[in-house]
Amino acid sequence: MNWKSWGISKSPWLYHVNTGSCNNCDIEIVDCLTPKFDVERFGGKLVGSPRHADVLMVTGPMTRKSKPRFERILEASAKPFIVAAVGTCACSKGMFHDAYNCIGPVRKVTEALDEEIMVLNIPGCPPRPEAIIDGLVTGLNQLKEVKL
Amino acid sequence: MVGSLVFDFFVFPGLLFTLAAGILASWVVRKVSALIQWRVGPPLLQPAYDIAKLFGKENIIPKGGAEWSYIIAPLLGPAGLLLASIILVNSNYLGTSFIGDVIVVLYLLVLPALSVVVGGMSTGNSLSAMGSNRELRLMVSYELPLLLAVTAAIVKSGGLKLAIFTARPVAASVSGALGFIAALLCIQAELGFIPFDTPEAETELMGGPLIEYSGPLLGLYKISNLMALLVLPLFLVTVFLGGFSTGWGALWGAIKYLLVLVGIILIKNTNPRLRSDQALKFFWYGAAPLALIALILAVVGDLIGIGWV
Ligand code: SF4
Repeated sequence: MNWKSWGISKSPWLYHVNTGSCNNCDIEIVDCLTPKFDVERFGGKLVGSPRHADVLMVTGPMTRKSKPRFERILEASAKPFIVAAVGTCACSKGMFHDAYNCIGPVRKVTEALDEEIMVLNIPGCPPRPEAIIDGLVTGLNQLKEVKL
Repeated sequence: MVGSLVFDFFVFPGLLFTLAAGILASWVVRKVSALIQWRVGPPLLQPAYDIAKLFGKENIIPKGGAEWSYIIAPLLGPAGLLLASIILVNSNYLGTSFIGDVIVVLYLLVLPALSVVVGGMSTGNSLSAMGSNRELRLMVSYELPLLLAVTAAIVKSGGLKLAIFTARPVAASVSGALGFIAALLCIQAELGFIPFDTPEAETELMGGPLIEYSGPLLGLYKISNLMALLVLPLFLVTVFLGGFSTGWGALWGAIKYLLVLVGIILIKNTNPRLRSDQALKFFWYGAAPLALIALILAVVGDLIGIGWV
């Protein structure tokens, strides 16, 4: 067990990045923080600065305009961190598959920047809050074994 | 002698104790807040996990910032709180106290806020500079009523030693009770809790002065917050509520401490945030006159010799 990734899996601080999503996924992420779903049970909380972030919750199909911003956020984040692609758009571009202005999915952009960055895919259009929490917890449990 | 000093600094009222008790206190804050909001809340060791994780992360030093003060500022807060905790706990527990230790503790308690200001100013980020600015303004507002309230307590108990305060609870008189209320509100602001959390306003300033901090240095700020959760209510308990002693007295002291802490949490969870100017008005026109009345009552009671005034 690697203690750095163990720490992240125990207290994942979430930072929310919108790369051109239709806003449904964003609302579902905010739902995770509401009393009914309470992501704080797993130590998660929403932070306002990428410097504090452990999990970048990325939504949307990565429009051309948002790519440079997203890359700057990746550079600003304190390592080690992981990226969670929330929603079908972020996982595979979904319905924007052939759109001229989208250069996603998220994994393609992170791989072009740095092969090492781990991407966690949480599909759904939008994924229900239960699905987001389930995906996060499953992914973070597997993360414990990995060296970041 | 050296051995007991090392023990003081690193084990009992020092580092280990403040950290462990601070982690518990921070968990109590998060858990009680969660229960008030009908949530389940974090597990017991969550604050410890947070800090362990932060110490495993990368430390980014922003370009264009003042590097040295950026690195040194986070150390100020825990250092000041550590010393304050040693003086407070030892004066209660062992009765070791020196003349003027109240004043020393008051000065040490300024250090955490000052460290946030210095750290925020040295990042070179405009949002964090704004947060530091607000923190300074908040300090200017709450220091006045806090000092007035503590002065009232000093007049009431008749000495500058912390050990004298613990002999008889100051709050068991009219002036003491008024001073306690004013000081409680100041502690709320000193902890940076809602309604006085303008410096760290998450929605507008994204964490305020701490926006650029990451990794171990952010962890030091979190540690300073944990320790403040222990030390500041303990200061109130010592000065106004009669402190604690050994044996059953320690349990009674812990109950008083928890009551003060839960009071602070209840205020935190049932109020909206005040703007900077509203907070200033609140402290200067609301809390400061209250503390001043407490001081006048204490002096008058002292002169004509009525105990309960
Ligand atoms: S996955 Fe669906 S809900 Fe989410 S951003 Fe894309 S289109 Fe919107």
